[in-house]
Amino acid sequence: MLGRLSLQAIPYDNVIIMSAVALMAITGAVVVGATTYYGQWGYLYREWLTSVDHTKIGIMYIILAFVFLLRGFVDAAMMRAQQATAGPGQSGYLSSEHFAELFTGHGTMMILFVAMPLIIGMINLAVPPQIGARDVAFPFLNSVSLWLTYAGGMLIMVSMALGQFGTAGWTGYTPFSEQAFTPSTGVDYWIWAIQISGIGTTLTGVNFLVTILRERAPGMTLMRMPIFTWSALITMVLVVLAFPALTVALGMLSLDRFFDFHFFTGDMGGNQMMYINMFWIWGHPEVYIVILPAFGVFSEVTATFCNKRLFGYKTMVYALAVIAFMSFGVWVHHFFTMGQDALRNSIFAIATMIIGIPTGVKIYNWMATMFRARIEFKQPMLWTLGFILLFTIGGMTGVMLAIPGIDYKAHNSEFLVAHFHNVLIPGTIFGMFAGYTYWFPKAFGFRLDEKWGRHAFWGWSIGFTVAFMPLYVLGAMGMPRRMASYSNPEWTPLLWVAALGAVIVMYGIVCQIIQLISSIRNRHRLADLTGDPWGGRTLEWAMSSPPAEYNFPVIPRVHGIDAFMDMKENGTAYQRPAEYGDIHMPQNTAAGLILGIAAFVFGFGLIWYIWWLAILAGLVMMGAVIWRSCTDDVEFTIPADEVKHIEDERFRKIALASQQTDVIDSESRGRVNIDGEPLSPG
Amino acid sequence: MATTDAAAHDGIRAEASQGTVVNFGFWLYLMSDVIIFSMLFVAFVNLSTNYAQGPTGQELFELPLVFIETMALLISSLTYGLVMICLRQGNTKWVQGWLLITFLLGVGFVGLELYEFLHLAFEGYGPQRSAFLSSFFTLVGTHGTHVTFGLIWILVMVGQVAYKGLTPAVASRLTRLSLFWHFLDIVWIAVFSTVYLGGMYR
Ligand code: HEM
Ligand SMILES: [Cu+2]
Repeated sequence: MLGRLSLQAIPYDNVIIMSAVALMAITGAVVVGATTYYGQWGYLYREWLTSVDHTKIGIMYIILAFVFLLRGFVDAAMMRAQQATAGPGQSGYLSSEHFAELFTGHGTMMILFVAMPLIIGMINLAVPPQIGARDVAFPFLNSVSLWLTYAGGMLIMVSMALGQFGTAGWTGYTPFSEQAFTPSTGVDYWIWAIQISGIGTTLTGVNFLVTILRERAPGMTLMRMPIFTWSALITMVLVVLAFPALTVALGMLSLDRFFDFHFFTGDMGGNQMMYINMFWIWGHPEVYIVILPAFGVFSEVTATFCNKRLFGYKTMVYALAVIAFMSFGVWVHHFFTMGQDALRNSIFAIATMIIGIPTGVKIYNWMATMFRARIEFKQPMLWTLGFILLFTIGGMTGVMLAIPGIDYKAHNSEFLVAHFHNVLIPGTIFGMFAGYTYWFPKAFGFRLDEKWGRHAFWGWSIGFTVAFMPLYVLGAMGMPRRMASYSNPEWTPLLWVAALGAVIVMYGIVCQIIQLISSIRNRHRLADLTGDPWGGRTLEWAMSSPPAEYNFPVIPRVHGIDAFMDMKENGTAYQRPAEYGDIHMPQNTAAGLILGIAAFVFGFGLIWYIWWLAILAGLVMMGAVIWRSCTDDVEFTIPADEVKHIEDERFRKIALASQQTDVIDSESRGRVNIDGEPLSPG
Repeated sequence: MATTDAAAHDGIRAEASQGTVVNFGFWLYLMSDVIIFSMLFVAFVNLSTNYAQGPTGQELFELPLVFIETMALLISSLTYGLVMICLRQGNTKWVQGWLLITFLLGVGFVGLELYEFLHLAFEGYGPQRSAFLSSFFTLVGTHGTHVTFGLIWILVMVGQVAYKGLTPAVASRLTRLSLFWHFLDIVWIAVFSTVYLGGMYR
C-alpha cells in the first residue's frame, strides 16, 4: 500500500536533520497560521496561486529561489564547518554519507532551484514589458512551468524529512547512481526533483521563444531589442535544445533503477560513459544558460547607470550568439581524464578556450560604456563592478582548466571547485542580485534600501574572496573535492580561512534580509511614483510601478534601440492617448496549480514505489490537461473605463512625484544625445 | 476591440496571429521532441550490438509484422490528411468519420506493437536482457507512448467536434494534432529503418 515508505524512513536518530526538519515545520506552521489568522487564503489563491500574470509568476519564481538560496547556503556552511574540523585525528561532526548528501543537495539546489528560478523569474518580470507586450505568448503554460518547478523543489524539501537525498553528486554519475550502489531513495529524489522541474523549464523555453519572436511591439525589430531580451532569447534557445537531453538521460537512469534496464549499468552491455556524455550535453550548455541572462542584466545596468547608450550593441549580440553556439561543442572538457585520445582532447581544449574571446569582448564593451561616463554607484551598478573584477579571475582559471595537461592535475580538485564558484557567484548570483535591486521597484513600486544593499554587497564580495581563493591554493596542494575528512595537516588552516569566508557571506545574506524588511517598512519614503526610478532606457520603465495587469494601456511604437529613452528625449514619454480601449487579458486558472500538485504527488509515489498513487496522480495530470484543452473562453475584458481609471491614478502619482526634486533630476538625465553627453547642463 | 490607432493595430494583429502563434509554439515543442528522439536514437545506435550474449535483432524481429504495423501508421497519416480536407470543406460528419478511422488504424499500430513487446518479454527477451534490448524497448516504446497520447487526443477531438462543431478553436487544435500525427509518422520511418531494417541486415 505505501510501497517502501514506513516510519523508519524518518531519520529520527540524526539530531542535525531532525532539528532542520523541526525548523522547517515551524516555519511552515507560522506561514500557514498567519495566513489563516489574517484570513488571506482567498487572496493568496485568487491573486497569486492561480495567477497567470507574468509579473506575479516572476515574483513567485524569485521567492522560490531565495528560499533555496538560504537552504543551499546552510548546506555550504555545514560543509565548510565539517572540512575545517575534520583534519587528521579529528572526524568532524558529520558522517561521510551525510556529507555526500550535503554536496549533492547543495549543487543541485544552487544550479536548478536557485540559479534557474532567479533567471526565469527575472525574464518573466522584464522581458514582456521590454518588448512592449502585455503578457507572454502562453500565460497558462507559464503558470504550469512555475508549479512544476515548485513541485520539484518541494520534493527536495520532503527528502529531508522522509528518507534521504542523493549522494552521487549533482552530476549523478553512473554506475554509482545505479540501483546496485545506491538502492535507497536518494538518487530517486534527485532524479524526480530535476526531471519535473526540468520539464517545466523546457516549457518556459518554448514559451519565451514564441513570446520574443512573435509578440514584439510594432517597430521593434530584432536589432532594436534590449540586450537583456536578447540574452533571454538566446538562453531560451539553449534551454529548448539542452533540457530534453537531460530529460532523456534521467529517464534512462530511472528505467535502469526502476525496471532493471541496462543503459548505464556495469554489466549486461550497459555503457557508463554514455551517461556522462549525455549529462554534459545538457550540463555544459546549462552553465551558459545560467550565465548569459546575467550578462544581459549587466548590460542594461551599465547603460542605465552610466546614462549612456551601451557601447557596441551589435558586438554584444553577436558575442552572445557565438558563446551559445559554441557551448554545445565543448562538453568533452568535462572528462578529459577519462581516456580519450590526445587529438580529441586537443580539439575540445581549443574549442573551449575560444569561448573566452567573445566573453572578453563583452567585458571590454562594458568597460568602454563606463569610460568617461558619469557613473552612478547605485546597488545594481555595484554588483556589476564587483562582477567584472571577480569574474575575470574565474574566467582565467577556466582557460587554465581547458588545458588538458593542467586538467589532469586539477580536475576533481578544490581548484575546480574554486573555479566554478568563481564563475557562478560573481556571474550568475551577482548578476541576479543586480537584476533584483534593479527591477524590484518595477515589481513592487518601491526601491530597496541603499545602505543595507551596500553592506550586502561587501559581505558577499569579501566573503566570496575569502571563501574561495584559498581553494585555488588547496587545489594546487592536491586536495580533491568532496572530502568529508582528510589526513593532510597542511590543509587545515586554509580550510579555516574558507570557513571564515562563508561566515562573511552569511553577513551579506543577513544584510539582504534586513534590507528587505526595512525597505518594506519604509516603502512610502522609497516609493517609486513615476515608474522610472533610475532614468531607464528600455520600455519596462514606461509602465507604472507596479505595472497594471495589462502593462501598457496602448501598445507603444518603437523607433530605435533604447525605445523609452527616445520617447523621453522627444517628449512623448508621458503623453496620454486621446482615448482608451477595452483590453483582453487571460483569466486566472487553477489548472496550473493542480498540475503542479499532481506532479509532486506523482514524483513522490514513484520515489517510494507507491505505484497506485503515481498512477492516480498521472491520471489527474492528464485530466487537467484535457479539461484545460477543452476550455475555449480563457480571456476576460478590462473595459475602457476601468483602464482610464487606472491610468488616471497613475498620472496623479506622476504629478505628485514631479513636485519632488529627484524626478526633475531623472528627467533632465533623460535629455542626452547619442553619445551620452547631456544636452542641457545639469 | 481597441479604438486608438496603435491599440487597434495591436488588436487586429492579435486576432490574426493568435492561431499562428500557437502553431509556432507547438512546432517548437516538437523540436524539443526531436531532440528527445535523437538522443534515444544515439543511445540505440551506441548500444545496438551490446547483446550481452543475448539474442540479436536478426534473431528477434519479425519483419512481416512490423511491415503491417508500418502500413497501419502510414495509412493513418493519409486518413488524417482527409480529416484536414473535410475540415476545410466544413464537413462535420466526415471530419468525425476520418478521425475515427485514423483512431482505429492507430489502435491497430499500438496493438501490434504491444503484441510484439509482450511476445518478446514472455520469451525472456525483455528490456532487462541486454543493453541492446533496453534501448530497443525504450526507443520503440517512447514512440508508441507518443502514439497512445495521440490516440487519446483524437478521442478528445472527436468529442469536441461533436459538442462544439468546427469552431475556429477546434479547427486550430485539429491542425496541431495533424502536425503531431505526421511528426510521429516521420519518426516511425526513422525507427523502422534504423531499428528493424538496420537490425536485420547488420
Ligand atoms: C554562497 C556561498 C557558497 C559556498 C560557501 C559554497 C560552498 C561549497 C562547498 C564547500 C562545496 C563542496 C566542495 C567540495 O566538493 O569539496 C560546494 C560544491 C558545489 N557548489 Fe557551492 N558554495 C556556495 C555557493 C554556490 C552557488 C551560488 C552555486 C551555484 C549557483 C554553487 C554550486 C556548487 C556546485 C555545483 C557544487 C558541486 C556539488 C557536487 O560536488 O556535486 N555553490 N560549494
Ligand atoms: Cu563545460
